[in-house]
Amino acid sequence: MTAKTELVFNGVAASPGIAMGSAIVLEKQDLRVPLRRLESGDIDGEMDRLVSAIEDSKTQLVNTRNEVAGDMGESYARIFDAHIMILEDKRSIDEVMTKIRGGHNAEFAFNSVFLRHEKELWEKGDVYIKDRAGDIRDVRRRVLSNLSGTRRAAGELRNLESDVIVIAHDLSPADTAQMRKERVLAFATDIGGRTSHTAIMARSLEIPAVVGLKNVTSGVVDGDFVIVDGSRGKVLISPSEDTLEKYSLEIERYSRFTKGLLRFKDLPPVTIDGHPVTLSANIESHEEIDSVLEHGAQGIGLYRTEFIYIGREGLPTEEEQYEIYEAVSAAVSPNPVIIRTMDLGGDKFLSAFESPKEMNPYLGWRGIRFCLARKDIFKAQLRAILRASARGNVKIMYPMISNLDELLEANAVLDEVKKGLDREGQKFDRTCEVGIMVETPAAVMIARELAKHVDFFSIGSNDLIQYALAADRGNEKVAYLYEPLHPAVLRFIKETVTVAKEAGIWVGLCGEMSSDLICAFILLGMGVDELSASPYVVPEIKEMVRSVYFTDAEQVARQALTGGKPEEVRRIAMETIGREFPEMLL
Amino acid sequence: MLERNVKITNKLGLHLRAAALLVKTASAFESDVRIRRDDIEVDAKSIMGVLGLEGSMGVDLIIKVDGRDEDDALRAVVGLIEAKFEEEE
Repeated sequence: MTAKTELVFNGVAASPGIAMGSAIVLEKQDLRVPLRRLESGDIDGEMDRLVSAIEDSKTQLVNTRNEVAGDMGESYARIFDAHIMILEDKRSIDEVMTKIRGGHNAEFAFNSVFLRHEKELWEKGDVYIKDRAGDIRDVRRRVLSNLSGTRRAAGELRNLESDVIVIAHDLSPADTAQMRKERVLAFATDIGGRTSHTAIMARSLEIPAVVGLKNVTSGVVDGDFVIVDGSRGKVLISPSEDTLEKYSLEIERYSRFTKGLLRFKDLPPVTIDGHPVTLSANIESHEEIDSVLEHGAQGIGLYRTEFIYIGREGLPTEEEQYEIYEAVSAAVSPNPVIIRTMDLGGDKFLSAFESPKEMNPYLGWRGIRFCLARKDIFKAQLRAILRASARGNVKIMYPMISNLDELLEANAVLDEVKKGLDREGQKFDRTCEVGIMVETPAAVMIARELAKHVDFFSIGSNDLIQYALAADRGNEKVAYLYEPLHPAVLRFIKETVTVAKEAGIWVGLCGEMSSDLICAFILLGMGVDELSASPYVVPEIKEMVRSVYFTDAEQVARQALTGGKPEEVRRIAMETIGREFPEMLL
Repeated sequence: MLERNVKITNKLGLHLRAAALLVKTASAFESDVRIRRDDIEVDAKSIMGVLGLEGSMGVDLIIKVDGRDEDDALRAVVGLIEAKFEEEE
């Protein structure tokens, strides 16, 4: 075996940390489909092959379905029910058999029939139907794999004997549902972004991941030694001795660093000169609760509820939602949880209801707009949240507010819901705080009017930055324009904070800026009351807060607001933080 | 050949489970069973076709049956849809 040269791939840092290990590469998207003409004597044999492959596929699906139902619950298992239904479609199977009798080999016959159906469904605009097209694709590939006898797909990952790094073109919920997760060290995929399934799963498993690597699957084979640097968004294949040494030290240092931070888990986030700030966590799923508590977050500053609505059959009922919100509220009590009403659209998708394809989902029918148009869905969620608020630590937040009427209407619906619960004799917290996400430039500019009708603001910096700078961070050509420390962004934030203070309400920030040490430092200096960040960076942010002077943060923030260049602002911030907290300077 | 109009009235529309029930019901009969929605017509005995119907609540469908047991087939399929696919209501 010749020594391979080190290959480096750059992508999007999707989940922090560093892992090293042996790679396992999931089969790529396009399977080769051989075409053979059969002799009449071969036909029976070919039919047998087809039937065997289908039976094997069915057995695999049923087993996986049951295992996944046991491990992860019914709603994940239903993915496989769909696959089984598709596999059992008599009409389609009959058509395949007719083709075989006509002299085509099983692979070609099966692929042509099922691919045709897949394409037909894919052509329709509906996202829900595209999911079904994806199901047909998964079934098609499974049967083709079984026919070719070389099955390397997510199914094998249930039986991992040693720890591996999983590399794939993409990872679907069906793929990760089947993995033996204790054995997976990291993920690396060709496509995807920070909010794709791979990223979310990696963060909830707290393993490193890099996505959007473009073509890492063509540069690596099973057994290659790989380093995944999820903090910097790099994947290194067959690293040199030097690189290996460097990264080994890095892993050790990072581990000591994170363990060290956890020692201060229960200490309050207060600056040296006594200025306190609240550090909460952002979560997408109730499964992240453990992480929130382990990392010493003071509650949940943003509970994104969209994930309760996607990837499942039909809408979640009020009862299903109540149970989830109740559990989350109980887990973080007495600390608060801020539940954001569902904000679907943009880079998230709808699966349970029709929605015409939008030209510009970021500016489209989502957030509060959607909820006010579908009050049935909105009320069900509000009822569930209010019932869960009986414990006293729940707050509500509306997303995407861009005018006062929306806020007034939303509050009116909330009142209606409260009256309904009263009539039914159901308990809820009458003093439950209600706030809004300040994420549109319009909301910032009318913050004064909005403040009169809410108990708090939470700045959604991710979207605010994109709207303010008119740049889509998911678009490679303009992603460089996305700059949290752009003076315009900082001034929007400052305006929001100033108005909040005048109105006597508190203001938090729940975007990625809170998870970045330098941005968090500047936000602190601007007077933001609460920073809600990813759970695993909370200890680091806390350490920073405890190591700086508020007066210094104020000064750096003031400088930044006068129009300083972002690079310059970063440099000054780093110097200031670095005085007391040198480990921060990675 | 028989034809009948029917409206989808269950909340979740022609979702996966309902579609599967529909296919199962139609497949029990010898007759050809087709479903039409606007200008799309699909074979009710194949899940692939039914999945592509985009039949949400409120949508009007035309059930077309043709064959020896067309009366029974039509009754069964229309009955199922009108019974909201036996979902809790």
